[in-house]
Amino acid sequence: MNAAHANDAHHEEHPSGFTRWLFTTNHKDIGRLYIIFSVLMFLVGGFLAMLIRTELLQPWLIIPPEVYNQIITVHGLVMVFAAVMPATTGLANYLIPMMIGAPDMALPRLNNWGFWLLPPAAVLLVMPFALKLFGIGNGAIDTGWTMYAPLSVQGGIGVDFAIFAIYLMGISSLLSSINIIVTITNMRAPGMSFSKLPIFVWSWLITAFLLVAVFPPLVGGVTMLFADRHFGTHFFSAAGGGDPVLWQHIFWFFGHPEVYILLLPTAGILPHILSTFARKPIYGYRAQVYAFWAIGMLSVVIYAHHMFTSGLPVPAQLYFMYSTMVISIPVALLFFCWFATIWQGSMTFETPMLFALGYIVLFGVGGLSGLILSDAVADQQYHNSYFLVAHFHYALFGGPVMGIIAATYYYLPKITGRMYNETLGKWHFWQTIIGFNLTFIPQFFLGIAGMPRRIPDYALQFTHLNMLSSIGAYILGSAQLVLVYNLIQVLRGVGKKATAQVWEGAQGLEFTVASPPPYHTFETQPVIQ
Amino acid sequence: MSTTTPTKVHYYVPRPSPYPVMLSLALFFVAMGVVLKVNALRAGPWSILLGAALLIYVLFHWFGNVIGESESGVYKSWEDRSFRMGMVWFILSEVAFFAGLFAVLFYERNISVPHLAQVDPGFTLYPGFTAAWPSAGPHGKPFSVVQPWGIPAINTLILLTSGVTVTWAHWGLKTARRSAAIIGLMLTVGLGVVFLGFQAHEFYEAYTRLGLTLSSGVYGATFFLLTGFHGLHVTVGVIMLSVILMRCIKGHFTPDQHFAFEAVSWYWHFVDVVWLLLFVFVYWM
Ligand code: HEM
Ligand SMILES: [Cu+2]
Repeated sequence: MNAAHANDAHHEEHPSGFTRWLFTTNHKDIGRLYIIFSVLMFLVGGFLAMLIRTELLQPWLIIPPEVYNQIITVHGLVMVFAAVMPATTGLANYLIPMMIGAPDMALPRLNNWGFWLLPPAAVLLVMPFALKLFGIGNGAIDTGWTMYAPLSVQGGIGVDFAIFAIYLMGISSLLSSINIIVTITNMRAPGMSFSKLPIFVWSWLITAFLLVAVFPPLVGGVTMLFADRHFGTHFFSAAGGGDPVLWQHIFWFFGHPEVYILLLPTAGILPHILSTFARKPIYGYRAQVYAFWAIGMLSVVIYAHHMFTSGLPVPAQLYFMYSTMVISIPVALLFFCWFATIWQGSMTFETPMLFALGYIVLFGVGGLSGLILSDAVADQQYHNSYFLVAHFHYALFGGPVMGIIAATYYYLPKITGRMYNETLGKWHFWQTIIGFNLTFIPQFFLGIAGMPRRIPDYALQFTHLNMLSSIGAYILGSAQLVLVYNLIQVLRGVGKKATAQVWEGAQGLEFTVASPPPYHTFETQPVIQ
Repeated sequence: MSTTTPTKVHYYVPRPSPYPVMLSLALFFVAMGVVLKVNALRAGPWSILLGAALLIYVLFHWFGNVIGESESGVYKSWEDRSFRMGMVWFILSEVAFFAGLFAVLFYERNISVPHLAQVDPGFTLYPGFTAAWPSAGPHGKPFSVVQPWGIPAINTLILLTSGVTVTWAHWGLKTARRSAAIIGLMLTVGLGVVFLGFQAHEFYEAYTRLGLTLSSGVYGATFFLLTGFHGLHVTVGVIMLSVILMRCIKGHFTPDQHFAFEAVSWYWHFVDVVWLLLFVFVYWM
């Protein structure tokens, strides 16, 4: 052994207890931290969602309107930045080194830093709720997750906290993306060529490119917002020659690619699950990789479909309308490949497969409703109505969240070495599907009937559909507690032992190692044939 | 997918480290402190102070740790490649950042300010408003702009020269002539400091003599946004160059293993290019 390696983690047992998790440089530990953090944040965001639906259950005020605004805003920010993104990043951390036969992530200490920036960011986001109780400030950010000027310029201390939370989350995302890119390009096992790269790894590579391209401009944007609030600048105020719509450009240049940043990793995990339970190889590997590239590149040049009502010139509206419609072509290609993968397969319907199929159906509705919204003329009516809310929940819950749940069930036995309770899993699935559709189908109709988003009170004719939606939300919310119970049971060691193979049809390097895998998976790299 | 005959190459995975989580804590205190400070709460400055102290402590030890590892020779060509790629992607993210800021400049100049005059010919935003660039300040407060062919032109020469000196230092290192490397780095750091001095002087003049401030409407705001962020990057660059200089004097780096040196010089060249664009689009045209 080389003397210089004496400092190396491979030759040293990890510290135990608390400091193991604080100081760890191990990709599996960090991956697990991300996933646990994400589950906690899903519960926080979900709790806020229940509050929202309780307010909307009936057409009068239970929650003060200004608090309602804070709740919807923090719900959105927590779900996007603290729940979904950490979940996909956690999967990347845990899985990518195993999938490509790498000893660990390329930059392990920065990897740890990337995770530990998130809890402080989450604290910054919700802290103003608590400060208000002590009479400091007027509560959390209340502008909606899009933080449009001039409201965000005029808002209270909560906006400042959110700006700094975005700084920390921005650094975190950049660190994890750079780490993932470097790991994929530099750490693959001999023989693991790009054309053999598992599809999940490809999807994350493109996601990471997107993050490097679009997060920094948002960081610049929130800096300008901060300056407008406190240093007397006029970036977003026409009173000094600036323009509030400039904020919308900056935000959506980030915001639209962001929805694909949330989506792509789960679109990458989906083919693995489908192929395992259909016992057929993934159909159209190359086509899917090209589709990821196309989606990634298109997503940065179509963002202004979120701004059809903000006075863009007509040629610009036409351009953004057609380019948005174009992105549904690669998305449709993915659907085609998913169908072809399970076509005539000998399918079984374990929980991960159920969620994967649910993903296809629900995300399908999300994509199709997106096409409706992308019509610049029709969008004058739909914009900021409940139709939009229904669209992006089908797209975001139906896509990323369903995918994350599917991946959780799929890899849980691998990560913990224990099988989860299949009956509870099925229960979770059906309750989720019923609850979800009951929550969001009424919202399409509410939107078409003209109910605007982001209001705590509404006209009486919207009562019945809202009530249905709230009942659906309670069903959906309580379904997730079934998952939490199932997770806790698995972590307590209930359930039968998982084999290395876990699923009969599973393929890939991660299924060649024991469940749970050893602390350092590939100290010496395998050679891929 | 089958696996056979494992390879014997070893990648250095560092031991658990307390610094990343401490750094996060430091940034948390700084962030909270700034928020409290701008909202005139008394705890703000203390929180910033605490965070900054922790920040400096952590950076000192973390970099010390890395330099120690580097000198003990655990980084081989495989690790080296990771560091290089990491730095390249970090600089690309900085490119995206500045691209965003330049996009803001062009949007204002070519879209939003001209548009303000088109809404209604009889409408005046504020007395003295003209839909030209530089547009007048709000409430018609007059200001004049920084002339490009004075200090900014000299600064351009300074940064270009510093690009040459850092390359010369690199060449010195590669050909094992340490004194050339040290002198080259000293010159680079010196030029960087002079640049910052001039820039500080220019800001001071802008505020006191030209009436050009952050609140002089969208022109002033954008001017300080772009030049300010650039200045911040030069400052960071100068600090990093000084560390490299110190390491050179201590005898670190070999003609074929000097990643830290190269990373900093890439960063410096990047800052240089940003300045050229600034000079052309902010000062000159
Ligand atoms: C073929 C695919 C898609 C198309 C054509 C599409 C189109 C659109 C359009 C035109 C809007 C703006 C509507 C308006 O503001 O009036 C919109 C909003 C939105 N979409 Fe999609 N979309 C697609 C897929 C997705 C996906 C995959 C996600 C997320 C994973 C997503 C998440 C969102 C969100 C969050 C919003 C609303 C943001 C807000 O205003 O708060 N969409 N979509
Ligand atoms: Cu979009």
